[in-house]
Amino acid sequence: MELRKAKGTEFKKYSVLPGFGLTLGYTMLYLSILVLLPLSMIIFYSSKMGWSAFWSTVMDPRVMASYKLSFGASLAAGLINMVFGVLLAWVMVRYSFPGKKIIDALVDLPFALPTAVAGIALTTVYAPNGWIGSLLGFKVAFTPIGVVIALTFIGLPFVVRMVQPVLQSLEKEVEDASASLGASRFQTFRKVIFPELLPAALAGFTLAFARSLGEYGSVVFISGNMPMKTEITPLLIMTKLEQYDYAGATAIAAVMLVASFLLLLIINLIQWWTNRKFMSQ
Amino acid sequence: MGGNIPLNLSNAPLKSSREAKDPVWVQWLLISIALIFLGLFLILPLVTVFVQAFEKGLTVYLEAITNPDALSAIKLTLLVAIIAVPLNAFFGIMAAWAITKFHFKGKNLLITLIDLPFAVSPVIAGLIFVLLFGSQGLFGEWLFERDIKIIFAVPGIVLATIFVTIPFIARELIPLMQAQGTAEEEASITLGAGGWKTFWHVTMPNIKWALLYGMILCNARAIGEFGAVSVVSGHIRGLTNTMPLHIEILYGEYQFAAAFAVASLMSIMAIFTLIIKNILEWHGKKETA
Repeated sequence: MELRKAKGTEFKKYSVLPGFGLTLGYTMLYLSILVLLPLSMIIFYSSKMGWSAFWSTVMDPRVMASYKLSFGASLAAGLINMVFGVLLAWVMVRYSFPGKKIIDALVDLPFALPTAVAGIALTTVYAPNGWIGSLLGFKVAFTPIGVVIALTFIGLPFVVRMVQPVLQSLEKEVEDASASLGASRFQTFRKVIFPELLPAALAGFTLAFARSLGEYGSVVFISGNMPMKTEITPLLIMTKLEQYDYAGATAIAAVMLVASFLLLLIINLIQWWTNRKFMSQ
Repeated sequence: MGGNIPLNLSNAPLKSSREAKDPVWVQWLLISIALIFLGLFLILPLVTVFVQAFEKGLTVYLEAITNPDALSAIKLTLLVAIIAVPLNAFFGIMAAWAITKFHFKGKNLLITLIDLPFAVSPVIAGLIFVLLFGSQGLFGEWLFERDIKIIFAVPGIVLATIFVTIPFIARELIPLMQAQGTAEEEASITLGAGGWKTFWHVTMPNIKWALLYGMILCNARAIGEFGAVSVVSGHIRGLTNTMPLHIEILYGEYQFAAAFAVASLMSIMAIFTLIIKNILEWHGKKETA
């Protein structure tokens, strides 16, 4: 231990607390075996494929259609959640109404309910003979709208849970000042409150969007899985696997991983931007 | 990114100063829109599960959940959770200790690495273990020669579940332990307590609610994981079917009442998760207040 401390001064600042080597070592070992090694298989197997085979797999029209659906539906669901998430957070922080506590707890249901259960329940509600599906004049389940509904369910808590604490910590005095200077309630919201909420809402949107891109369980039941029409990208990976086309599945997975990592980067940038904003205040 | 809810310990500010001066009609309009939205997306689907489960009567319901295949699915699901949750809890504590109690280079990279499974689609989480241990995978031949089965068997399901749920507990502990700092532990060590004693008597009481909170969320995801498990399981009834996979099979066979009966059990678990989560939040807030 003494040797490690002496040697480690450049890599790590001195601390009286014990256990650095043990805990960091264990953390690195666990992550290497369970995360890095498995994930590196995607790079390993797609590089074995050869460029032209890789390119023709990931640019295949059926795969392209799935990117469009996955991306478009995730975007639509993320935007719906951004609007209603801010609204829900606002209502729960600012107003009081009966059953508020239960509603607040229920917002996390999509995190607690297994996606397969959500999938079959949403399909039943929105199918042409379902409670809501039968009331609507157009088809919802087994169309891209159904995909958007499932993804809205999955992403619902993210924006609410990001915006809620920001609204709670917002100082009332700023709003009072704005009002006393003659701003209308709507002007105050748009110019004073909304800019404060925006980073949190965007972070929530990005989280919901990233989760939606990869979502599988809740979507496969309601989408109907028609090639070129309602097939999401994760389903296509599954289909290729079932046909023992491991190379094809890996190539599409590689494209999805790159997209996910870009989103992870964006989330970190938003967080950095938010932190900087709070620092400068 | 797959569902991390930070434990919110900030106490809501005084109610009276928070109540907005919006006109009553605006308040009711916004509340109504919010409730209709939640009704359409959360409450109706949840109610549907129970209505559909009992549609064919109580006997069909009981038959569906006491069916041998259903029982073995329940057992397997619990087994996977009992392995995955403690392993990830132990990892979470180790990672949080290393990250929050010391200053070292590359810390942010390490945190990003822990978050990585949230950014990976569940289907890909399953695929990577097939590429490692499947018959055509990197270790496929080696495993085949030794007659060890990982893919289409229980170990694969456990591995995929661990992968998907790795960040949950670490992500709850890191911000909390970061905020708590190192002063208490340093005092304890300086006064002569050992590392283990310090952890157990100083750190543990501070993090216990967050730890339980993370474990509850981790457990909910481990029980309900579908995509990743679906890839590695092979859907062998009575052997490698977890509860969500069993629901899928029943649903695919148009046995809707049976599918929803098993789904209702999982919904009850989800509701319990939410209740326990709120109790833990309440305890956490009480202690920080």
